[in-house]
This record gives sequence, C-alpha cells and structure tokens, in this order.
Amino acid sequence: MRGRRGAGSGDLFADAEERRGDRRSFTVSELSEVLREATERSTGQVWVKGEVSGLKVYQTGHWYFTLRDELAQLRCVMWRTYTRKLKVTPDEGAEVYALATPTVNRDRGELRLGVVTMLPTAGVGIHQLGFERAREALARDGLLDPGRKRRLPAFPGTIAVVTSPDGAVLHDLKTVARRRWPAARLLLVPARVQGDDAVDELVAALGLVDRLDADCCIIARGGGAREDLLAFNDESVCRAVAACRIPTVAAVGHETDVTLTDLVADLRAATPSAAAELVLPDRRAVERHTANLATRLAHGLTRRTGVMRERIERASDRVRGSLTALLADRRRRTDRLAATLDALSPLAVLGRGYSVARTADGRVAKRVADLPSKTEFTLRLSDGEIDAEAR
Amino acid sequence: MTESSERDSLALTLERLEKIVHELEGDDLDLDRALALFEDGVRHLRAARERLAEADGRVQRVLEDARGTLSITDLDV
Repeated sequence: MRGRRGAGSGDLFADAEERRGDRRSFTVSELSEVLREATERSTGQVWVKGEVSGLKVYQTGHWYFTLRDELAQLRCVMWRTYTRKLKVTPDEGAEVYALATPTVNRDRGELRLGVVTMLPTAGVGIHQLGFERAREALARDGLLDPGRKRRLPAFPGTIAVVTSPDGAVLHDLKTVARRRWPAARLLLVPARVQGDDAVDELVAALGLVDRLDADCCIIARGGGAREDLLAFNDESVCRAVAACRIPTVAAVGHETDVTLTDLVADLRAATPSAAAELVLPDRRAVERHTANLATRLAHGLTRRTGVMRERIERASDRVRGSLTALLADRRRRTDRLAATLDALSPLAVLGRGYSVARTADGRVAKRVADLPSKTEFTLRLSDGEIDAEAR
Repeated sequence: MTESSERDSLALTLERLEKIVHELEGDDLDLDRALALFEDGVRHLRAARERLAEADGRVQRVLEDARGTLSITDLDV
C-alpha cells in the first residue's frame, strides 16, 4: 500500500506509524493511573453541588454515596478522617456542597469524587438538618419555651462574658460598658468560638460561669460565615446555656443569623454591643430618674409642710375668732348685769337724798326704838359714811 | 454574694425611694410621718448617688488550672 501511494505521500502514514511507535502499549493499571492523574488534574479540588443519595456508612467510618442532580450522577467516597468532622449524617436527598477532587478508582475502574467536607446549601442541607434535629430535641425538653426566660438583673455588678479572647467582642463590650455603666465588671471566660474545639470549650466555659459570682452571662461571637457559627447550633452547647444558673444573653453572629443558642438563651441580641446595651443600664437615665425622685421628695415634704401651715393658720384664725366672739358676748352680758344691778342698787336711792343708819353691829336702823339716846351709829350717804350719835 | 447584694441594693434603694416619694405625695399623711419619710428618702437618695458615682470598669479574665482552681487576672482591653 505504501508503494502504491508513492514515496511523497507515504510520509503521513509513516509519521503516524512512528508516532504510535513512540509509545509502548499500556497495561490496564498503567492506563488507569494515567487517567487518574489526568482526572485529578482536570479540575483539582472543587465545590460540587448536588443531592446526596444512597449513602452507606461503613463500620470503618468511611462513607460511600452518590451526588446527583437532574441530569447526572457521580459516585463519591468520604474517608473516616473527614466524616469524623461532620456532626450529622446527611439524609437521603439532602442538598449539599461537597468539597471534592475527582479521581479514578483503580480497583473498580470507576470515576469518583473524593469528598473532604460537606456544607449545607441554601436549601435543606446537612447543617440545616443537624440544626432541625437539635432544635427538635431542645424543644422536646422545653428548653425553647418562652416561659422559662428569666429577667435580667436591673443593675448587674459582674458580667461573665463567654467569648474568644482574641476577637473584638471584648473590646466592644468594654466600650459600651464604659459609656453606659462604668461600675460594671466584665469577667472574660475564654473559649474558642469556631473550629473543632469550639463545642467542647464553650461547654466547659459555660460550666465555669456557674462557679463565678456573676449576675448575668453574655455568650458572644463576632459575625462570621454561617458555617463558623456551627458550634452555637450544637445541642450540647445549647444545653449548657440552658443550664446556666444566671440569666444569659446570646449575641452570636450578625442580625440575620439566628442560632439555637440564641433561642435557648434568656435574651437574644443581634450583636455583642447590642447585648451589652441590653444588660447594662444607662447611667445617665438612672441619674435622671434619681434626680427626678429627689425633686419629688423635696416637693413632697414642702407640700406637706405647706398644707400643715395652712391648716395651723386656719385653726388659729378660728381660735382667735371664737375667742373674740366669746369676749364680746361676755362684755355684753356684763354690761346688761351692771345695768340691772345699778337699777336695783340702794345707792341709787341714796342718790336721791335718802340715807341709811347702821348700828355698831351692822344692823340697819328702821325705827326710832332702834336708836336709843346716846347710841352711836353710822350714816351711809350717797358718797360716803359719817359717824353719828343719837341725842 | 457581696456583689449580688450590692447589685440588689441599688435596685432596692431606688424601689424604696419610689415608694417613699409616692407616699409623700399622697394626701393622708401627718407631719411626723412626712418628716420621717423625707429623712429616709434623703438617706436612700445618698446611697443611690454614691452607687451611681462608682466607676470600676474592670475587665478581668478567668483562668482554670489543671486542678480546676479558678484564678482571676486583670486584663487590658
């Protein structure tokens, strides 16, 4: 065939032959390895969104499942090292983001995704599932009951703060405290708030809070990605919050994130600063209130003494009045009696020229026989008496 | 417990002060009672103001050692 095509045109085939000849043939293993490398290099580690299906959990801790969407499916494997870090086994049909590297399984000659972690999608994802399950358990035990919410103390002296010592949370709290209620004492109970140890550390810190002599407790974390708030959706953390003997305020994440810890705590604040505002009274407001009470106290007494003074004056007026009336009455009666007396008085008769003779023993001489000769007697005239003797 | 009773004291002080003022503002009160209430009120007022003037503002950190003993240290924030 080569001869028929001629020397000039035979080169193509010769080149092709040669090119093929550069490569020896592959064994299955070799080719499989080449494909594996090529597959892994194709995308590298990527996020894959899909529904979990046919999950098998092996004794060893490895998971085998399929990720699928409407058109395609991919076999997945997740080794124990990674599954251990997931709190929840996803339900059939749960939609997740899987961080995975495509690879080829040599033994089975299958394309696979090696998954290292899974996150919930906006829909019902793996964490949502964990969240719902924990919420159900907490609700069953009545820990989400609004009736068990305690009131915060009006004027807290010491406030326990469970948060990360590294974050800005403590600084925010301090700033608010300085402004609103400088007498407050903040007591940091440090705990990591994200990562693998967060749950254990938060539970331990909350247990420690009860050993302190604090008036209330703020559990706080600055905002972060939604998956960074996971520890606050953990059932054991929520139970530790519920078990606190002092009132609790949760301030976890941003305003839009509500964690189970927020639901279990006695009060929820959108941010750590807002928590401090809720916990701490405003000194200026209390001062205004106190000043108002002081004014009313003073007025209360002034008004009271004013009323008393009025009453006393009114009473003394009445006393004076009645005394005056009494005196006038007495005077009138005296005058009347005096007139009567005057009319009846023997002195009036004397005034008309009569006189009265009295013997030495005081008897009035009415007859001549009462005054024998040489008898001394007193003669009473209108303006006095004279001594006299009968002849 | 001292902290708690201190905390209670301000709440109680203000509560008591409010009651005193309320009673003092009432109508049926003799002068002796009014004077006694006033004196009591002034005492509570002074206590409340003293408490309000406090400015501790400490930030401290709780540490637990391996034996479970707690220690509290001052913290600069």
